[in-house]
Amino acid sequence: MSAVWLSLQVGLLAAVLGLMPAMALGYLLARKRFLGHGLLSALVLVPMVLPPVVTGLLLLEVVGRNTALGGALADIGLPLSFSFGGAVLAALIVGLPLYVWSARAAFTAIDPRLEQLAATLGAPPKQQFWRVTLPLALPGLAAGAVLAFARGLGEFGATAVLAGNIQGETRTISLAVYQLLEDPSGQGVGLLVAASVILSMGALLAFEGLNRWQQRRLEQP
Amino acid sequence: MISVDLHLARGHHIAFQSTASRVGISGASGAGKSTLLRCIAGLESATGTLSVGGRVLQGPDTWVPIWERKVGWVPQDALLFPHLSVSENLRFGGGDAEQAGEIAQALELEKLMERRPRALSGGERQRVALGRALLREPQLLLLDEPFSALDAPLRLRVMAVLQDWLSVRDIPLVLVSHTPSDWVLCSEHQVASAEGFHLRDP
Repeated sequence: MSAVWLSLQVGLLAAVLGLMPAMALGYLLARKRFLGHGLLSALVLVPMVLPPVVTGLLLLEVVGRNTALGGALADIGLPLSFSFGGAVLAALIVGLPLYVWSARAAFTAIDPRLEQLAATLGAPPKQQFWRVTLPLALPGLAAGAVLAFARGLGEFGATAVLAGNIQGETRTISLAVYQLLEDPSGQGVGLLVAASVILSMGALLAFEGLNRWQQRRLEQP
Repeated sequence: MISVDLHLARGHHIAFQSTASRVGISGASGAGKSTLLRCIAGLESATGTLSVGGRVLQGPDTWVPIWERKVGWVPQDALLFPHLSVSENLRFGGGDAEQAGEIAQALELEKLMERRPRALSGGERQRVALGRALLREPQLLLLDEPFSALDAPLRLRVMAVLQDWLSVRDIPLVLVSHTPSDWVLCSEHQVASAEGFHLRDP
Protein backbone atom coordinates (compact mmCIF):
# COMPACT_ATOMS: atom_id res chain seq x y z
CA MET A 1 0.00 0.00 0.00
CA SER A 2 1.66 3.19 -1.12
CA ALA A 3 -0.02 5.29 1.60
CA VAL A 4 1.52 3.13 4.35
CA TRP A 5 4.96 3.29 2.76
CA LEU A 6 4.60 7.05 2.31
CA SER A 7 3.54 7.54 5.94
CA LEU A 8 6.56 5.54 7.10
CA GLN A 9 8.88 7.69 4.99
CA VAL A 10 7.31 10.92 6.23
CA GLY A 11 7.44 9.79 9.86
CA LEU A 12 11.04 8.60 9.63
CA LEU A 13 12.24 11.75 7.89
CA ALA A 14 10.45 13.93 10.45
CA ALA A 15 12.17 11.99 13.24
CA VAL A 16 15.61 12.20 11.60
CA LEU A 17 15.44 15.84 10.50
CA GLY A 18 13.91 16.91 13.81
CA LEU A 19 16.76 15.44 15.87
CA MET A 20 19.13 18.41 15.67
CA PRO A 21 16.56 21.14 16.38
CA ALA A 22 14.92 19.07 19.14
CA MET A 23 18.28 18.34 20.73
CA ALA A 24 19.42 21.96 20.53
CA LEU A 25 16.16 23.37 21.89
CA GLY A 26 15.86 20.67 24.55
CA TYR A 27 19.42 21.29 25.75
CA LEU A 28 18.95 25.06 25.74
CA LEU A 29 15.73 24.85 27.76
CA ALA A 30 17.11 22.27 30.19
CA ARG A 31 20.52 23.74 30.88
CA LYS A 32 20.70 27.45 30.07
CA ARG A 33 19.12 30.39 31.82
CA PHE A 34 18.57 33.38 29.53
CA LEU A 35 16.19 36.21 28.83
CA GLY A 36 13.14 34.83 27.06
CA HIS A 37 13.57 31.31 28.44
CA GLY A 38 9.90 31.14 29.45
CA LEU A 39 8.78 32.54 26.13
CA LEU A 40 10.82 30.05 24.12
CA SER A 41 9.58 27.24 26.35
CA ALA A 42 5.98 28.23 25.56
CA LEU A 43 6.62 28.90 21.85
CA VAL A 44 8.00 25.42 21.34
CA LEU A 45 4.65 24.02 22.46
CA VAL A 46 2.59 26.17 20.08
CA PRO A 47 2.24 23.51 17.35
CA MET A 48 0.81 21.14 19.96
CA VAL A 49 -2.04 23.41 21.02
CA LEU A 50 -2.72 25.11 17.71
CA PRO A 51 -5.26 23.34 15.49
CA PRO A 52 -3.08 21.49 12.94
CA VAL A 53 -5.04 23.07 10.09
CA VAL A 54 -4.00 26.49 11.37
CA THR A 55 -0.38 25.34 11.71
CA GLY A 56 -0.59 24.22 8.08
CA LEU A 57 -1.94 27.61 7.00
CA LEU A 58 0.79 29.45 8.88
CA LEU A 59 3.44 27.22 7.30
CA LEU A 60 1.91 27.95 3.91
CA GLU A 61 2.39 31.65 4.67
CA VAL A 62 6.09 31.01 5.23
CA VAL A 63 7.07 28.38 2.66
CA GLY A 64 4.21 28.55 0.14
CA ARG A 65 5.30 28.88 -3.48
CA ASN A 66 4.28 32.53 -3.61
CA THR A 67 6.51 33.49 -0.70
CA ALA A 68 10.15 34.52 -1.07
CA LEU A 69 11.47 31.54 0.94
CA GLY A 70 9.11 28.99 -0.59
CA GLY A 71 9.79 30.29 -4.10
CA ALA A 72 13.54 30.14 -3.63
CA LEU A 73 13.31 26.60 -2.26
CA ALA A 74 11.08 25.53 -5.14
CA ASP A 75 13.62 26.98 -7.58
CA ILE A 76 16.37 24.76 -6.18
CA GLY A 77 14.13 21.72 -6.46
CA LEU A 78 12.81 21.58 -2.90
CA PRO A 79 9.22 22.81 -3.01
CA LEU A 80 7.71 22.72 0.47
CA SER A 81 4.08 23.15 -0.46
CA PHE A 82 1.91 20.58 -2.22
CA SER A 83 4.85 18.20 -2.32
CA PHE A 84 6.42 15.32 -0.41
CA GLY A 85 8.75 17.84 1.27
CA GLY A 86 5.69 19.70 2.55
CA ALA A 87 4.28 16.52 4.08
CA VAL A 88 7.58 15.96 5.89
CA LEU A 89 7.73 19.57 7.08
CA ALA A 90 4.16 19.43 8.39
CA ALA A 91 4.87 16.20 10.28
CA LEU A 92 8.12 17.61 11.63
CA ILE A 93 6.60 20.84 12.94
CA VAL A 94 3.58 19.17 14.49
CA GLY A 95 5.76 16.52 16.14
CA LEU A 96 8.44 18.92 17.34
CA PRO A 97 6.84 19.85 20.71
CA LEU A 98 6.85 16.21 21.86
CA TYR A 99 10.39 15.79 20.54
CA VAL A 100 11.73 18.87 22.35
CA TRP A 101 9.82 17.91 25.49
CA SER A 102 11.46 14.46 25.57
CA ALA A 103 14.92 15.87 24.87
CA ARG A 104 14.50 18.50 27.56
CA ALA A 105 13.37 15.92 30.12
CA ALA A 106 16.35 13.72 29.21
CA PHE A 107 18.85 16.55 29.67
CA THR A 108 17.19 17.78 32.87
CA ALA A 109 17.47 14.31 34.41
CA ILE A 110 21.26 14.32 34.12
CA ASP A 111 23.12 15.43 37.26
CA PRO A 112 25.09 18.51 36.11
CA ARG A 113 27.86 17.46 38.48
CA LEU A 114 28.67 14.62 36.07
CA GLU A 115 29.71 17.23 33.51
CA GLN A 116 31.70 19.06 36.19
CA LEU A 117 33.35 15.80 37.14
CA ALA A 118 34.29 15.21 33.49
CA ALA A 119 35.77 18.72 33.45
CA THR A 120 37.98 18.01 36.46
CA LEU A 121 39.11 14.87 34.64
CA GLY A 122 40.35 17.00 31.76
CA ALA A 123 37.37 17.14 29.41
CA PRO A 124 36.67 20.54 27.81
CA PRO A 125 32.98 21.43 27.22
CA LYS A 126 32.70 19.69 23.83
CA GLN A 127 34.11 16.46 25.21
CA GLN A 128 31.84 16.72 28.25
CA PHE A 129 28.91 16.77 25.88
CA TRP A 130 30.06 13.90 23.67
CA ARG A 131 31.39 11.62 26.41
CA VAL A 132 28.86 12.28 29.18
CA THR A 133 25.80 14.36 28.37
CA LEU A 134 24.88 12.88 25.00
CA PRO A 135 25.30 9.20 25.89
CA LEU A 136 23.27 9.73 29.06
CA ALA A 137 20.49 11.51 27.18
CA LEU A 138 20.49 9.04 24.28
CA PRO A 139 17.55 6.86 25.37
CA GLY A 140 15.43 9.96 26.04
CA LEU A 141 16.34 11.42 22.66
CA ALA A 142 15.42 8.13 20.99
CA ALA A 143 12.12 8.12 22.87
CA GLY A 144 11.50 11.63 21.54
CA ALA A 145 12.29 10.46 18.02
CA VAL A 146 9.78 7.63 18.36
CA LEU A 147 7.10 10.04 19.57
CA ALA A 148 7.83 12.44 16.72
CA PHE A 149 7.70 9.51 14.29
CA ALA A 150 4.38 8.31 15.67
CA ARG A 151 2.91 11.80 15.62
CA GLY A 152 4.17 12.36 12.08
CA LEU A 153 2.69 9.04 10.98
CA GLY A 154 -0.84 10.17 11.73
CA GLU A 155 -0.54 13.84 10.79
CA PHE A 156 -3.62 15.04 8.94
CA GLY A 157 -4.61 18.71 9.29
CA ALA A 158 -1.34 20.48 8.64
CA THR A 159 -0.42 17.98 5.93
CA ALA A 160 -3.69 18.41 4.07
CA VAL A 161 -3.36 22.21 4.04
CA LEU A 162 0.36 22.49 3.35
CA ALA A 163 1.02 19.42 1.24
CA GLY A 164 -2.39 18.62 -0.19
CA ASN A 165 -3.69 15.18 -0.98
CA ILE A 166 -1.58 13.97 -3.88
CA GLN A 167 -1.63 10.26 -4.61
CA GLY A 168 1.84 8.73 -4.09
CA GLU A 169 3.38 12.00 -2.96
CA THR A 170 1.51 13.39 0.02
CA ARG A 171 -1.40 10.98 0.51
CA THR A 172 -0.33 9.41 3.78
CA ILE A 173 -2.40 6.89 5.76
CA SER A 174 -4.62 9.55 7.36
CA LEU A 175 -5.34 11.27 4.08
CA ALA A 176 -5.95 7.97 2.32
CA VAL A 177 -8.41 6.90 5.02
CA TYR A 178 -10.21 10.22 4.70
CA GLN A 179 -10.29 9.83 0.92
CA LEU A 180 -11.74 6.33 1.18
CA LEU A 181 -14.42 7.47 3.61
CA GLU A 182 -15.63 9.88 0.93
CA ASP A 183 -15.81 6.98 -1.47
CA PRO A 184 -19.16 5.16 -1.11
CA SER A 185 -17.57 1.73 -1.63
CA GLY A 186 -15.08 2.42 1.15
CA GLN A 187 -12.91 -0.55 0.21
CA GLY A 188 -9.48 -0.88 1.73
CA VAL A 189 -10.17 1.27 4.78
CA GLY A 190 -9.87 -1.70 7.10
CA LEU A 191 -6.36 -2.44 5.91
CA LEU A 192 -5.21 1.14 6.39
CA VAL A 193 -6.79 1.33 9.82
CA ALA A 194 -5.09 -1.92 10.83
CA ALA A 195 -1.71 -0.70 9.56
CA SER A 196 -2.17 2.54 11.41
CA VAL A 197 -3.07 0.86 14.71
CA ILE A 198 -0.17 -1.59 14.44
CA LEU A 199 2.38 1.12 13.66
CA SER A 200 1.15 3.37 16.45
CA MET A 201 1.11 0.61 19.04
CA GLY A 202 4.59 -0.48 17.97
CA ALA A 203 5.84 3.06 18.37
CA LEU A 204 4.32 3.33 21.83
CA LEU A 205 5.89 0.05 22.92
CA ALA A 206 9.25 1.27 21.67
CA PHE A 207 8.70 4.53 23.55
CA GLU A 208 7.96 2.66 26.77
CA GLY A 209 11.04 0.49 26.36
CA LEU A 210 13.27 3.49 25.70
CA ASN A 211 11.92 5.29 28.75
CA ARG A 212 12.81 2.32 30.93
CA TRP A 213 16.28 2.23 29.39
CA GLN A 214 16.67 5.93 30.21
CA GLN A 215 15.73 5.33 33.83
CA ARG A 216 18.10 2.39 34.17
CA ARG A 217 20.87 4.35 32.53
CA LEU A 218 20.75 7.16 35.09
CA GLU A 219 20.23 4.87 38.04
CA GLN A 220 22.53 5.57 40.96
CA PRO A 221 22.24 3.37 44.02
CA MET B 1 51.00 26.24 49.88
CA ILE B 2 47.26 26.80 49.40
CA SER B 3 45.69 30.23 49.47
CA VAL B 4 42.00 30.87 48.82
CA ASP B 5 40.19 34.20 49.02
CA LEU B 6 37.00 33.99 47.01
CA HIS B 7 33.66 35.75 46.98
CA LEU B 8 30.75 33.59 45.90
CA ALA B 9 27.19 34.44 44.94
CA ARG B 10 24.81 35.68 47.66
CA GLY B 11 27.57 37.35 49.66
CA HIS B 12 29.36 34.17 50.70
CA HIS B 13 33.08 34.55 51.29
CA ILE B 14 35.61 31.75 51.55
CA ALA B 15 39.07 32.45 52.95
CA PHE B 16 41.49 29.63 53.53
CA GLN B 17 45.25 29.55 54.08
CA SER B 18 47.52 26.61 54.62
CA THR B 19 51.29 26.24 54.50
CA ALA B 20 51.14 22.46 54.75
CA SER B 21 51.14 20.33 51.63
CA ARG B 22 48.61 17.94 53.12
CA VAL B 23 45.81 19.49 55.06
CA GLY B 24 42.84 17.85 56.73
CA ILE B 25 39.60 19.71 57.34
CA SER B 26 36.79 18.86 59.72
CA GLY B 27 33.94 20.90 61.12
CA ALA B 28 30.21 21.32 61.21
CA SER B 29 28.20 20.51 58.12
CA GLY B 30 27.26 23.64 56.23
CA ALA B 31 30.52 25.36 57.24
CA GLY B 32 31.75 25.32 53.64
CA LYS B 33 34.10 22.34 53.51
CA SER B 34 32.68 20.86 50.32
CA THR B 35 32.31 24.33 48.83
CA LEU B 36 36.00 24.99 49.47
CA LEU B 37 36.91 21.86 47.50
CA ARG B 38 34.53 22.86 44.71
CA CYS B 39 36.08 26.35 44.63
CA ILE B 40 39.61 24.98 44.33
CA ALA B 41 38.49 22.65 41.53
CA GLY B 42 36.92 25.64 39.77
CA LEU B 43 33.35 24.40 40.01
CA GLU B 44 31.86 27.45 41.75
CA SER B 45 31.52 30.78 40.04
CA ALA B 46 33.44 33.13 42.28
CA THR B 47 35.66 36.19 42.13
CA GLY B 48 38.92 36.63 44.00
CA THR B 49 42.23 34.82 44.14
CA LEU B 50 43.18 31.18 44.42
CA SER B 51 46.64 29.69 44.27
CA VAL B 52 48.06 26.25 44.98
CA GLY B 53 51.77 25.67 45.48
CA GLY B 54 52.66 28.98 43.84
CA ARG B 55 50.48 28.21 40.83
CA VAL B 56 47.80 30.88 40.41
CA LEU B 57 44.55 29.14 39.37
CA GLN B 58 42.40 32.23 39.71
CA GLY B 59 43.25 35.92 40.03
CA PRO B 60 42.34 39.34 38.68
CA ASP B 61 43.38 38.41 35.12
CA THR B 62 43.64 34.66 35.48
CA TRP B 63 41.15 31.88 35.35
CA VAL B 64 42.57 28.45 34.66
CA PRO B 65 39.75 26.38 33.14
CA ILE B 66 38.59 23.41 35.20
CA TRP B 67 39.84 20.90 32.61
CA GLU B 68 43.37 22.35 32.77
CA ARG B 69 43.69 22.50 36.55
CA LYS B 70 44.78 18.87 36.93
CA VAL B 71 42.95 18.41 40.22
CA GLY B 72 41.64 15.07 41.40
CA TRP B 73 38.20 15.80 42.85
CA VAL B 74 36.30 13.10 44.71
CA PRO B 75 32.96 14.40 45.98
CA GLN B 76 31.27 13.03 49.05
CA ASP B 77 28.92 10.71 47.18
CA ALA B 78 31.72 9.28 44.99
CA LEU B 79 30.04 10.36 41.78
CA LEU B 80 30.54 7.79 38.99
CA PHE B 81 29.52 7.97 35.35
CA PRO B 82 26.46 5.69 35.37
CA HIS B 83 26.76 4.73 31.68
CA LEU B 84 30.37 3.56 31.96
CA SER B 85 31.86 0.39 33.43
CA VAL B 86 34.25 0.48 36.37
CA SER B 87 37.19 0.16 34.00
CA GLU B 88 35.88 2.97 31.77
CA ASN B 89 35.24 5.14 34.81
CA LEU B 90 38.78 4.57 36.04
CA ARG B 91 40.31 5.56 32.71
CA PHE B 92 38.08 8.53 31.99
CA GLY B 93 40.70 11.13 32.87
CA GLY B 94 43.79 9.30 31.63
CA GLY B 95 45.93 6.26 32.21
CA ASP B 96 46.38 3.20 30.00
CA ALA B 97 44.93 -0.25 30.62
CA GLU B 98 48.05 -1.35 32.49
CA GLN B 99 47.98 1.58 34.91
CA ALA B 100 44.24 1.13 35.43
CA GLY B 101 44.87 -2.54 36.18
CA GLU B 102 47.51 -1.65 38.78
CA ILE B 103 45.30 0.89 40.53
CA ALA B 104 42.37 -1.52 40.44
CA GLN B 105 44.47 -4.22 42.03
CA ALA B 106 45.79 -1.89 44.72
CA LEU B 107 42.27 -0.75 45.54
CA GLU B 108 40.90 -4.32 45.35
CA LEU B 109 38.63 -3.59 42.41
CA GLU B 110 40.11 -6.00 39.86
CA LYS B 111 37.10 -8.35 39.94
CA LEU B 112 34.65 -5.52 39.30
CA MET B 113 36.14 -4.01 36.15
CA GLU B 114 33.21 -4.84 33.84
CA ARG B 115 30.48 -3.82 36.28
CA ARG B 116 28.29 -0.77 36.00
CA PRO B 117 28.15 1.69 38.92
CA ARG B 118 24.59 0.69 39.83
CA ALA B 119 25.86 -2.79 40.67
CA LEU B 120 28.46 -1.51 43.14
CA SER B 121 28.29 -0.99 46.91
CA GLY B 122 29.02 2.39 48.47
CA GLY B 123 32.54 1.35 49.44
CA GLU B 124 33.27 0.03 45.96
CA ARG B 125 32.06 3.26 44.43
CA GLN B 126 34.33 5.27 46.69
CA ARG B 127 37.36 3.26 45.65
CA VAL B 128 36.53 3.61 41.94
CA ALA B 129 36.17 7.39 42.36
CA LEU B 130 39.50 7.54 44.20
CA GLY B 131 41.29 5.40 41.62
CA ARG B 132 39.88 7.51 38.79
CA ALA B 133 41.19 10.69 40.46
CA LEU B 134 44.65 9.15 40.93
CA LEU B 135 44.89 7.92 37.32
CA ARG B 136 44.38 11.50 36.20
CA GLU B 137 47.87 12.16 37.63
CA PRO B 138 46.61 15.32 39.34
CA GLN B 139 48.79 18.08 40.72
CA LEU B 140 46.40 18.41 43.66
CA LEU B 141 44.04 15.94 45.28
CA LEU B 142 40.69 17.06 46.74
CA LEU B 143 38.96 14.33 48.74
CA ASP B 144 35.61 14.71 50.48
CA GLU B 145 34.98 11.92 53.02
CA PRO B 146 36.58 9.39 50.65
CA PHE B 147 36.64 6.42 53.03
CA SER B 148 33.31 6.85 54.84
CA ALA B 149 31.75 3.68 53.42
CA LEU B 150 34.78 1.41 53.93
CA ASP B 151 35.00 -1.02 56.84
CA ALA B 152 37.92 -0.51 59.22
CA PRO B 153 40.44 -3.04 57.80
CA LEU B 154 39.77 -2.01 54.19
CA ARG B 155 39.97 1.63 55.18
CA LEU B 156 43.48 1.09 56.50
CA ARG B 157 44.58 -0.76 53.36
CA VAL B 158 43.18 1.95 51.07
CA MET B 159 44.78 4.68 53.18
CA ALA B 160 48.11 2.90 52.93
CA VAL B 161 47.79 2.80 49.13
CA LEU B 162 47.01 6.52 49.08
CA GLN B 163 49.86 7.29 51.49
CA ASP B 164 52.33 5.51 49.20
CA TRP B 165 50.96 7.14 46.12
CA LEU B 166 51.14 10.63 47.68
CA SER B 167 54.66 10.30 49.00
CA VAL B 168 56.09 8.92 45.74
CA ARG B 169 54.70 11.88 43.81
CA ASP B 170 54.71 14.60 46.46
CA ILE B 171 51.16 15.69 45.56
CA PRO B 172 49.35 18.20 47.82
CA LEU B 173 46.14 16.96 49.41
CA VAL B 174 43.07 18.60 50.89
CA LEU B 175 41.09 16.00 52.80
CA VAL B 176 37.69 16.63 54.31
CA SER B 177 36.95 14.05 56.97
CA HIS B 178 35.36 13.62 60.37
CA THR B 179 37.31 10.52 61.26
CA PRO B 180 40.33 11.28 63.46
CA SER B 181 42.25 8.25 62.19
CA ASP B 182 42.25 9.79 58.70
CA TRP B 183 44.48 12.61 59.89
CA VAL B 184 47.60 10.45 59.62
CA LEU B 185 47.54 11.35 55.93
CA CYS B 186 47.83 15.06 56.78
CA SER B 187 50.44 17.26 58.38
CA GLU B 188 48.00 19.97 59.34
CA HIS B 189 44.44 19.98 60.61
CA GLN B 190 41.96 22.82 60.23
CA VAL B 191 38.46 23.18 61.62
CA ALA B 192 35.70 24.80 59.60
CA SER B 193 33.01 26.84 61.32
CA ALA B 194 30.57 29.56 60.41
CA GLU B 195 33.40 32.08 60.97
CA GLY B 196 35.79 30.36 58.56
CA PHE B 197 38.70 27.93 58.67
CA HIS B 198 41.07 27.84 61.64
CA LEU B 199 44.15 25.84 62.52
CA ARG B 200 43.31 23.42 65.26
CA ASP B 201 45.27 24.09 68.43
CA PRO B 202 47.86 21.37 68.98
